[in-house]
Amino acid sequence: MRRAVTRPACARTECEEEHDQAQGRGPEGPRGRGGFDRTAAGFAATLLAVSVGAAACGGGGKSGDGTFTAGHPEPEHLTPGRSTSSYSFDVMSGLYDNLVGLTKDGKTYELAAQSLESKDQKVWTIKLRPGMKFHNGEPVTAGSFADSWNNAAYGPNAYGANDYFSHFKGYDELNPEDEDAKPKTDKLSGVEVVDDTTLKVTLNDPFNQFPQLLTYPAFGPLPKAAFKDLKAFDEHPIGNGPYQMSGNWERNKQVKLVAFPGYAGPRKPKNKGVTWKSYSSADTAYTDLRAGRIDVLQTIPAAKVAEAKRLLGDRFLPREMGTMDYLGFPMFDKRFENADLRRAISMAIDRQGINKAVYNGDYIPADSLLPKIIEGHRPNACGELCTFNPTKAKQLYDKAGGFKGTLELYFSNAQPTYYAWMQIVANSLKQNLGIKDVQFRQVPASDYFSMLTKREEKGPYRQNWEADYPSAQNYLENLWESGANRMGWKSKEFDDLIARANRMPDPKAALQVYNQAEDVAIREMPMAPLWTWAGQGGRSDRVSNVTITAYATGLLANEVTVK
Amino acid sequence: MWRYVLRRLLQAVPVFIGTTLLIYALVFALPGDPIQALAGDKPVPENVLNTLRDRYNLNDPLLVQYGKYMWGLFQGDLGENYDGQKVSEMLGGRWGVTAQLALTAWAFELVLGIALGVWAGLRRGRVADTLVLGGTTLLIAVPVFVLGYTAQIVFGLNLKWFPSAGADDGWPLSYLLPGMVLGSLGLSYVARLTRTSLAENLRADYVRTAHAKGLGRARVVGRHALRNSLIPVVTYLGVDFGSLMGGAIVTEGIFNLPGIGQQVFQSIQLKEGPVVVGAVTLLVLIFLLVNLVVDLLYGWLDPRIRYE
Repeated sequence: MRRAVTRPACARTECEEEHDQAQGRGPEGPRGRGGFDRTAAGFAATLLAVSVGAAACGGGGKSGDGTFTAGHPEPEHLTPGRSTSSYSFDVMSGLYDNLVGLTKDGKTYELAAQSLESKDQKVWTIKLRPGMKFHNGEPVTAGSFADSWNNAAYGPNAYGANDYFSHFKGYDELNPEDEDAKPKTDKLSGVEVVDDTTLKVTLNDPFNQFPQLLTYPAFGPLPKAAFKDLKAFDEHPIGNGPYQMSGNWERNKQVKLVAFPGYAGPRKPKNKGVTWKSYSSADTAYTDLRAGRIDVLQTIPAAKVAEAKRLLGDRFLPREMGTMDYLGFPMFDKRFENADLRRAISMAIDRQGINKAVYNGDYIPADSLLPKIIEGHRPNACGELCTFNPTKAKQLYDKAGGFKGTLELYFSNAQPTYYAWMQIVANSLKQNLGIKDVQFRQVPASDYFSMLTKREEKGPYRQNWEADYPSAQNYLENLWESGANRMGWKSKEFDDLIARANRMPDPKAALQVYNQAEDVAIREMPMAPLWTWAGQGGRSDRVSNVTITAYATGLLANEVTVK
Repeated sequence: MWRYVLRRLLQAVPVFIGTTLLIYALVFALPGDPIQALAGDKPVPENVLNTLRDRYNLNDPLLVQYGKYMWGLFQGDLGENYDGQKVSEMLGGRWGVTAQLALTAWAFELVLGIALGVWAGLRRGRVADTLVLGGTTLLIAVPVFVLGYTAQIVFGLNLKWFPSAGADDGWPLSYLLPGMVLGSLGLSYVARLTRTSLAENLRADYVRTAHAKGLGRARVVGRHALRNSLIPVVTYLGVDFGSLMGGAIVTEGIFNLPGIGQQVFQSIQLKEGPVVVGAVTLLVLIFLLVNLVVDLLYGWLDPRIRYE
């Protein structure tokens, strides 16, 4: 079948009507006498007639086969660990069942695992649910996970998610410092297959967020069949999830998934399949949603949101997200050493005003270092330091002794909105703090991250974080921990609190310690939180129960029901 | 004539080497680190970055990189992008799409353009002429993305005459609307060139002679005036075929057709030298070939032209 099921078959009479209309509207212009006129007009009419007849009725899209289509940009890879692209995850979360899954609310639950246990948060014993099968009939064993993880963590494979395995013992041996050295082993010493259904994992340090980490799509299993030819496997992946491939991945066109009849896990699909169609333009994907050619679109382009709200009605699907924007201060630069200066800048930013001016008021101004959907978010944790207060900001600014020289603001050219809000920030800094010379440094997107990594920026910069898994630790440790942060901020107090929280067996108690660490980072303000993104999706009237989560798992495809 | 063809083909060799080197150097000069760009904002360990840089010779100087690329090319290997996909596979599936789109647009230009041009040319100064001139001016003035999105919303979304986007419906259905949008600019030029050229030639002495010796109007216009008037049009159509193949970036984007233009655009953003060079080199070859065909057509249109 060439076409996906998007267009309901139309009745014969409708087609004929449209056909007639079309001929009436053909661009014939006034008719003359000569032979050539007829050629031109006739050609135009034929062209239209052919196309209309076929467009309205042809194609043979079967409606009612229980599958639906979703639009997104082209994925990179479909092998676990090979990519960190969320478009790959869209497809992978249907193909693979990780050991641990996430509910709509971001809570973990056992998916392929039956239980996860640890006494010291360092050595984890994982029991697998028995009787699971891959799409090719191969049994899912502890070895399926071990093989996949070793493959992804092995340095010379250069997989995109390599770094996510750095928690495991033995990661360093697979990724030697000296780039020319070949690793002596290709197995993580921290991953031990005890028997077919038992996996023992040893981490470098105690880490109570380990079950959360395992929800990340890079931690899926691989069947033995994958290792015969990993390249071919990427085109036709075989997983253990609720959906299996129907045919190969058609690059730049679509990935067609159908429900796997042998699936026995908790995510049994309520539909017969999902086709992920690739779009290079978000505008076009949105047009296709309106035309009914796709059923689900997770992201409607910002410029079309107002229109979509109006046109789609209850089929417009707004959601809170876990993606946050921050303004980081280069603390390796002495001019930003004074905490009062950083606090003053944070207080001189009118977050709500920018939200209204740039984001239609859809975004959520930050009142904490964490987004609202993350457990551990405390309303107004940031307090007055994140509240627009020009008078107080000016006092703090003067107390800090002001700022000398040019204040340069760094951001990438990936989105025009970055420049829009940076301009508002700059104006506010000029007016309210009296910084005279503020310059914009708009950097090519491909250069931006390497610039930050090399610490070449000379002023406050835009930082963005999308959670790998919904946990306060994921934000705090990656963005503020002394070894990981980009600001050059060093705080033993903060590092110690994070390390202590990571070791704690009780998640509730750990959360309190993460919050203490958060308070340190708020007080010192090495990076000011700005706002949380809002996501806007849409669906067609053919589907219902469409839930788009804010996590790497994205759309809960198995929940969708099809008319 | 065959000596002429051979000479032209031999001339293509230095052009080929020159273009590949030039494009390779241009991509090389783009800012940014393509390997870091692959990972976006997520941390990538240094050893992974270095492994990838080594694998794709990114630590070598420009000429060494280019040499290695050309050496692969002579062995029939177009190389890989930085994501491990073979360039030949990446482009292979896309040529069909671009060729179908370009040919649809080209046929549209050719048939409708010449027809409109003749219609207007025969009625110089009258309503038909004014209509064609006005209409084509409008098409030239409107940017292609405005035309594309408008056509998509009106004909694809509201009237549902055509699919709004995608190549799923195959040729011709999926390609008609994008083809017309892509060909609209060329259509305007072809119509105007034909019109002016024909109107000039209709007043030439040889046409009066043909009339005087009693030939029918259709024969005078078709065999004598029009054939002679088509030389500038054929030149334009030849050149335009090349730009249709390579210049469909906007149209392919709007109508979500996975063609060469889209790939080149993405690859320039990702700084994927081997992909850009591979695609553009093939485009250059097509361009050279089409121009050769156009030059050979002159002889058929105007027997006074000889090849040496």
